[in-house]
Amino acid sequence: MSAELQSSQTPWARLLASNAWSRRTLRQREELIAYLLVSPWVIGFLAFILGPMLTSLGLSFTETDLFTWEFVGLENYTKLLSLDTTRTLFWTTLYNTAYYVFLSIPLTISAGFFIAMLLNQNISGQPTYRVVYYLPAVIPGIATSLLWLWLFQPEFGLINWALSLVGIEGPRWLFDRSTAKMALVLMSVWGAGSNMLIFLAGLQGIPTELYEAATIDGAGIWRRFRSITIPMISPTLFFVVVTQIIWSSQVFTNVYVMTEGKGGPANATLMMVLYLYQVAFRQYRMGYASAYAWIFFLILLVFTLVLFRSSKAWVYYETEIGGQRS
Amino acid sequence: MSGAAVGMGSSRASIERSRRTQTFFIHAVLIAGGIIVMIPLAWMLSTSLKPPHQITKFPPIWIPDPFVWSNYVRAVTIFPVSFVVFVRNSMYMSLMITLGTVLSNAVVAFAFARLTFRGSRVLFIIVLSTMMLPQQVTMIPLFILFSKFGWINTYNPLIVPHFFANAYFVFLLRQFYTTIPRELDDAARIDGCGVIGLFMRIMLPLSKPALGITAIFAFTWAWNEFLGPLIYLSRMETFPLAIALSFLRAAHGVLWSELMVVSFIAMLPPVLLFFVAQKHYIQGIVITGVKG
Repeated sequence: MSAELQSSQTPWARLLASNAWSRRTLRQREELIAYLLVSPWVIGFLAFILGPMLTSLGLSFTETDLFTWEFVGLENYTKLLSLDTTRTLFWTTLYNTAYYVFLSIPLTISAGFFIAMLLNQNISGQPTYRVVYYLPAVIPGIATSLLWLWLFQPEFGLINWALSLVGIEGPRWLFDRSTAKMALVLMSVWGAGSNMLIFLAGLQGIPTELYEAATIDGAGIWRRFRSITIPMISPTLFFVVVTQIIWSSQVFTNVYVMTEGKGGPANATLMMVLYLYQVAFRQYRMGYASAYAWIFFLILLVFTLVLFRSSKAWVYYETEIGGQRS
Repeated sequence: MSGAAVGMGSSRASIERSRRTQTFFIHAVLIAGGIIVMIPLAWMLSTSLKPPHQITKFPPIWIPDPFVWSNYVRAVTIFPVSFVVFVRNSMYMSLMITLGTVLSNAVVAFAFARLTFRGSRVLFIIVLSTMMLPQQVTMIPLFILFSKFGWINTYNPLIVPHFFANAYFVFLLRQFYTTIPRELDDAARIDGCGVIGLFMRIMLPLSKPALGITAIFAFTWAWNEFLGPLIYLSRMETFPLAIALSFLRAAHGVLWSELMVVSFIAMLPPVLLFFVAQKHYIQGIVITGVKG
């Protein structure tokens, strides 16, 4: 073998064959190359994630507009979390964001799942349907926002026209504090296509033998759905719920564009990230904004951890088949 | 599933018939849903071509009469800066981000997928956990850092971080690399390939589809990016399309034709890319979605 390698012309092969490179040093050398190759991520992690996170934590105990700095201890946190709602907008933004997240997630997930179920029934033209339903998800948020702003327009908008066809007098949507959030929720359902694709991929991964066996055993459609589809799709559902909570709680572009950066009317659509943007980049209260960002992050973290914890109870992980799928 | 027809003793013909009615209903529901999804886009196009007095007609007019193509000219010349500048800025930003994303993630994901090194498990868990991290928690210190660099009103703060890999794409590419048979590695090693040779000659050529997916996603997300440019860019000559549109909305909130024209133009690149590369899109979602 060593003769064969020596005859090869690449320097690496010559090194391999030479006595100076024992098996052990080869492994060490490879390890060095591996560290070199992952180093972009490590540097990026330290410079753009870990470093800034810790800095942000430090900033949250100060008040600064980038020119003057002042240590204020926990004041930012106590001010933010104050129960006196005339002093803090935190609770308003938390409520608005929670309202948006917990209404839009069930709607987008069930819409996406429903369409995926239909498409999974061996339907002809599946690729066309897939394109049509997914299309809204690739449209830039700014274009979507302008389009829906126009659709929700109270006097000449298409939505109130459609409502008038069935004899309903449409509300003033984004101009009315009682309907503004709902308008944002309805708009989010339009983008349910991305969930649809993930569910469809999950459904197609369920082995058909399971359904066949269940059918032979006399299981009806509902029984098969409950005992096969639901457990087999639960890991996908879990993934979608976690990522959706993280993504939709960061809702920004829509509210910014549709309310001209204000979150109106009367703060009814003042979402957490929009308020964070206002405090940090309109009022330049970087310390207060950092404290706010950390509270936002911790809320999301707790939610994610609770979901992961609870997943043992409702997410079914198959051990055999799952490993083979690519 | 022809659930209703599985009952005992039903004849083959009746199963077939019920299966056909079922298919018919599924198509009916899907088409109805598809129309609802498409109506807003049709409305966007219709509005973009209407003469002013037809925009505020109620009930609405669907087909503009006449088609006012000059709306398109007026909309793109309404800005104090040439519209071409915005398109060029968006293109520059998106292409640079795509380049950085593909280069850095291809390398990092390869190390995680194929090389053994101490701490690789822990590092990979950290990579995955950063996927859950909202960017807002790093936004303010990064702004301070980049403003110290004098990078305000430049594209550096938006582009440079993408040259240092990203959890989502490391995950996507690693998933893909692990599907390439290990025997190829062994064969390459026997033929005298080093780690770098293995990466350049075996992994890169074989992972073209996955790199394509990465490029498509990176481009689309970069093109649609809003918050980052909003924070770092304040001079109009530096605006990408998305921020220019937001400016138009703030300055001329009720020029619906013009707003629909520019929205339509802004969505063309990602939408065309999606049409051309829809197979890759779906593959990318399958790789990352199912095994998340």
